[in-house]
Amino acid sequence: MEFLPTLWFISIAVLWAGYLFLEGFDLGVGMLLGPFARSEKQRRLLINTVGPVWDGNEVWLITAAGATFAAFPHWYASLFAAMYVPLVVVLLALIFRAVAFEYRGKAETALTRRLWTLALSAGSLVIAFGVGTLLAVTTTGLPLNANGDRVGGPFAWLSWQAVLGGLAVVGFCLAQALAFLALKTDGDVRARSARLLARWAPVLLAPLAGWAVVVVAGNVRPAAVIVLAIGVAAALASWRSAARRAEGRAFLFLGLFLLASVAAIFTSAYPAVLPSTLDAAFDLTVSNASSTPYTLQLMSIVAAFGLPLVLGYQAWTYWVFRRRITEAHIPEAHAVTRIV
Amino acid sequence: MDPLDIARWQFGITTVYHFLMVPLTIGLGVLVASLQTAWHVTGREHYLRMTKFWGKLFLINFIMGVATGIVQEFQFGMAWSEYSRFVGDVFGAPLAMEALLAFFVESTFLGLWIFGWKRLPKAVHLACIWCASLATVFSAYFILVANSWMQHPVGTELVDGRGVMTDAWAVFTNNTALVTFPHTIFGAFAVAGAFLLGIAWFHLYKRRAAGIDTVDATGRVVVGEDTSRGRNRDKTDYRVWITSLRLGAVVALISFLGVAFSGHAQAQLMFEQQPMKMAAAEAACHDGTGFSVLSIGNLSADGATTCEDIVAVYEIPGLLSFLANDDFTTEIKGVNTLLPEYQEKYGTHLPDDPMYGERAGQEINYLPLMEVTYWGFRMMITFGGLAAFAAAVALWIVRKGTVPQRRWLSRLAVFGILAPFGANSAGWIFTEMGRQPFVVAPNPTFDGVDQVFMFTASAVSPGVSAGEMLFSLVALTSVYAVLLVVEVVLLWRYVGGGVGSAMPELNDTDDGAGQDDDVLAFAY
Ligand code: HDD
Ligand code: HEM
Ligand code: HEM
Repeated sequence: MEFLPTLWFISIAVLWAGYLFLEGFDLGVGMLLGPFARSEKQRRLLINTVGPVWDGNEVWLITAAGATFAAFPHWYASLFAAMYVPLVVVLLALIFRAVAFEYRGKAETALTRRLWTLALSAGSLVIAFGVGTLLAVTTTGLPLNANGDRVGGPFAWLSWQAVLGGLAVVGFCLAQALAFLALKTDGDVRARSARLLARWAPVLLAPLAGWAVVVVAGNVRPAAVIVLAIGVAAALASWRSAARRAEGRAFLFLGLFLLASVAAIFTSAYPAVLPSTLDAAFDLTVSNASSTPYTLQLMSIVAAFGLPLVLGYQAWTYWVFRRRITEAHIPEAHAVTRIV
Repeated sequence: MDPLDIARWQFGITTVYHFLMVPLTIGLGVLVASLQTAWHVTGREHYLRMTKFWGKLFLINFIMGVATGIVQEFQFGMAWSEYSRFVGDVFGAPLAMEALLAFFVESTFLGLWIFGWKRLPKAVHLACIWCASLATVFSAYFILVANSWMQHPVGTELVDGRGVMTDAWAVFTNNTALVTFPHTIFGAFAVAGAFLLGIAWFHLYKRRAAGIDTVDATGRVVVGEDTSRGRNRDKTDYRVWITSLRLGAVVALISFLGVAFSGHAQAQLMFEQQPMKMAAAEAACHDGTGFSVLSIGNLSADGATTCEDIVAVYEIPGLLSFLANDDFTTEIKGVNTLLPEYQEKYGTHLPDDPMYGERAGQEINYLPLMEVTYWGFRMMITFGGLAAFAAAVALWIVRKGTVPQRRWLSRLAVFGILAPFGANSAGWIFTEMGRQPFVVAPNPTFDGVDQVFMFTASAVSPGVSAGEMLFSLVALTSVYAVLLVVEVVLLWRYVGGGVGSAMPELNDTDDGAGQDDDVLAFAY
C-alpha cells in the first residue's frame, strides 16, 4: 500500500462527502423551490435558509475537482474528458443556479422572477443528478483505452449504474433538504417538511443505499460491508427520528448515512480510481494515476493546515446563522426606484 | 473542423469573459472594504452609503465571476486532458491551493458579510469583508503562479515524459509570477477606479442637470437638496458621489503608474524568456532598437516572406531596448533571426508521437499571429494610458466641487469605464497568443529536448470529438452573451436607483420604525 496516494484517495473521498453533505441540502432546497413552496414569501424563505452558505458549500465541489487534478491528474483528465457532454450540462446548471441566487430577488416582473426560480430549481436538479452520475461512473468504470481516453461516442458512459448514481444523489439531496428545512424554519414550512420527510424518506434514500450495495457487492470487503451496514442503520434511524419529529437527530443520522455510504463505496473501489471496462490493464488506480510523492507531500502539508481552518470558519458561519427563520423575517421586496 | 481550434476558441472566449468580472471583483472588493473601514473609523454617513452602494454593485458582478470561474476549473480536464496529464503534477497544485486557501475564504466570508449586517458585531462584520476581498487578491496570486509557470516553467523536470515538480519554492516564487501579479492587480484597480469615476460623474451630472447642485460665479459648487417623493438626493448624497469620483480617479492614476512599472519589468523578462513574443509584439522582422508606434503592411503569420512587407512608419529609436533591457542600444532580435534558432532547438515538425494524433509530423509555425500580438500590446497600453489621462483631467475639472453641465462629458465618463476592461483583455490576449505555438513555453535557460515544454497542438483531449467541443462552445458562448446583457442591465438599473437602490430605507417615507429588528438584512 502506498501511503501518500492512499491518503489522497481518502482526502478526495472526504471532499466529495463534504460536498454532498453540505451542498446536499442547498441543492435540495433549490429543487423544492418550485414544487414545495406555496407562496412567494415561502420561496424567499427557502432561498434565505441557505443564502449565507450556499456559495461556501459549492467550493467543496471546486476543491474536490482541484484536489483530484493536483493529486491524480490522470483520474481528473480521463474522467472529465470522458464525461464531456454531461459536464457541460452541469456547468450550465451551475452557472444558472449561482446567478439565480443573486439575481432572482432583483427581478422586476413576475415572468423574470419565475424564470429565475426555474433556473434555480431545475439547475439544482441537474447538478445533483450530474454529480451523482459522475461519481457513479468513477466507481463502475468507463470504456477507456490504454491512454485513458474514452472509446465510443459522447454517451459511452451511459449505463443503469450511472442513472442509479444520479437518482441516489437527487434523492439524498431532497431528504437532506427536508430535514434541514424542518430544523431551520418554523411554521407551515417546518411542519410540512417534517411530514414529507417522515413519509418519503425510504423512497428518497433507497437509490443511494442501492448504489452503495451494488458497489460493495462488486468487491466484497469486510470493512466496506460493516460501514455499509452502519449506513443503512443510520438511514433507518433518521427515518424513525423524522417520524417522531426529532428534527436534529433526523438531520444528523442522514449525514451519517451519507458519510457511511461514501466511505463504503470508496473502500470497495480502492485501489481503482477509474476502472476501464475494456481491459483491466487500463484501469486507473491509486498508484498509476497519482502525482509524485513530492507534490503529494506539498499538498498534504497545505491540506493539513487548510482543511481544519475551512471546517472551523464554516462551522462558525452555521453558528452565526443558527436561528430558525420564518416568513416574518423576510423583508418586503423593494423595487429599485429610479432617481435619474 | 479541428477540435483543437474549437477548444482554443472556447478557452480564449471563456477566459477573457471570466476576466471581465475578475478585475472588477478584485478592485471593487478592496475599495468597498476600505470604505467600510472609513465608516467604521469616522462614523460619517456618506462612507456607509458608499459601502452599501458600491457593495451592491460588487455583489451583482461577483456572482458572475463565480459562475464563470467554475467553467475554467473544469475545462482543463474536459478539453485539455493531455495537458492535464502532462503537467498536472505541477500545475494542479496551485489550482487546488487556490480553492482550498482562497475560494473558501472568499465565499464563506462574503456570505457572512451579506447577511451579517445586523447580526455580527460591527468590527467582526468589517473583518469579514476584508477577509473576502483579500482572499480574491490571494486567489489571483495562485492562479497567476499557474499561468506564469506556463509562460516560464521552473522548478520542474521531465520524468517519464511528464513534467514533475521538483522545487515548489521555485514554482511559487517564479520571477514571471512575481511581476505578473502586481501588473494584474494594478490592472484590476484601474478597472475599479474607472468604474467609480464614471458612475459618480454620471450622478453628479444628473444632480446638476436636475438643478439640485449649482455653481456660483467663481465656479464653486453650491450643494442643494431634493428629498421630494421620498428621494434621497440630499447633501450627503452629494458627498457620496464627489468622494467616489475623486477616490476613483486617484486609484486609476496610481494603478496606471503601477501597471507601467510592473509592465516594464515584465517586458524585460519577456525579452529573456520568450524572445519570439517580444519580436511578435513589435512585428519586428529584423534586429533593432526602436519601438514601433505604427507599423503597416501584411502582418500575417505566414513566415518570413510576408514579414518583409512590414514597414515601420514611425519608430521611437532606442525605446524598445529600454523597455527590454534598460539601455538604448541593445539589439532586440527580430523574427528572421529567431525563427532558425527556434527550429534548431525545438524541431521543424511535430514529432511522430501517438500523443500528437493526426497532427503528428505537421510543420510547426513558431511565429504567433502578429496582428494580434502587435495590436494587443498597443491596445493594452493605449487604453490604459487614455484612462489614466482621463482620470487626471477629471480630477482637475472637479477641483471646484462638481462636474460641468455637459452631457457628452458625462457620456464619455460612463463609456470610459470600458477602457481599462479593454486594456485587461488586450493584455491577456497578447500574453496568451504571443506564447503560441506552445501551451507551456520552453524555458530558454535550459538547453535541449529534456526540458519541460508543450505544444498547444498536443494538449487537447484526444477522446473528445469536434461535435462535442462545438456543442459546448455554442452553449457556453450563447449563455455568456445573454448573461452579460442581464448583468449590465441590472448594474445600470441599480446605478439609476442611486444609493437608495442599496439602502431602500433611505427612500421609505413611512420610516421602518415599526419593523422587527430581526428582519434579515440584505436578504435574497
Ligand atoms: C487575476 C485573477 C484571476 C484569474 C487570472 C482567474 N481568476 Fe478565477 N477568480 C478570480 C480571480 C482570477 C477571483 C477574483 O478570485 C474570482 C472572481 C469572482 C470570485 O468569486 O472569485 C474568481 C472566481 C473563480 C472561481 C469560482 C470561485 C468561487 O466559487 O468562489 C473558479 C473555480 C475560478 N475562478 C477558477 C479560475 C481558473 C481555473 C482560471 C484560469 C484559467 C481563473 N480562475 C482565472
Ligand atoms: C490565468 C488566467 C488566464 C487568462 C486570463 C488566459 C487568457 C487566455 C486568452 C486571452 C487566450 C486566447 C488566446 C487564443 O485563443 O489564442 C487563451 C488561450 C489559451 N490559454 Fe490561457 N489564460 C489563462 C490561463 C491559462 C491557463 C491556466 C491555461 C492552462 C491550460 C491556459 C491555456 C490556454 C490555452 C490552451 C489556450 C488556447 C490556445 C490558444 O488558442 O492560444 N491559459 N488564454
Ligand atoms: C505602460 C504600460 C504597460 C506596459 C509596459 C505593459 C507591459 C505588459 C507586458 C510586457 C505584458 C506581457 C507579459 C508577458 O507576456 O510576459 C503585459 C501583460 C498584461 N497587461 Fe500590461 N502593460 C502596460 C499597461 C497595462 C494596463 C494599463 C493594463 C490594464 C489596465 C494591463 C493589463 C495587462 C494584463 C491583464 C496582462 C496579461 C497578464 C500578465 O501577463 O500580466 N497592462 N503587460
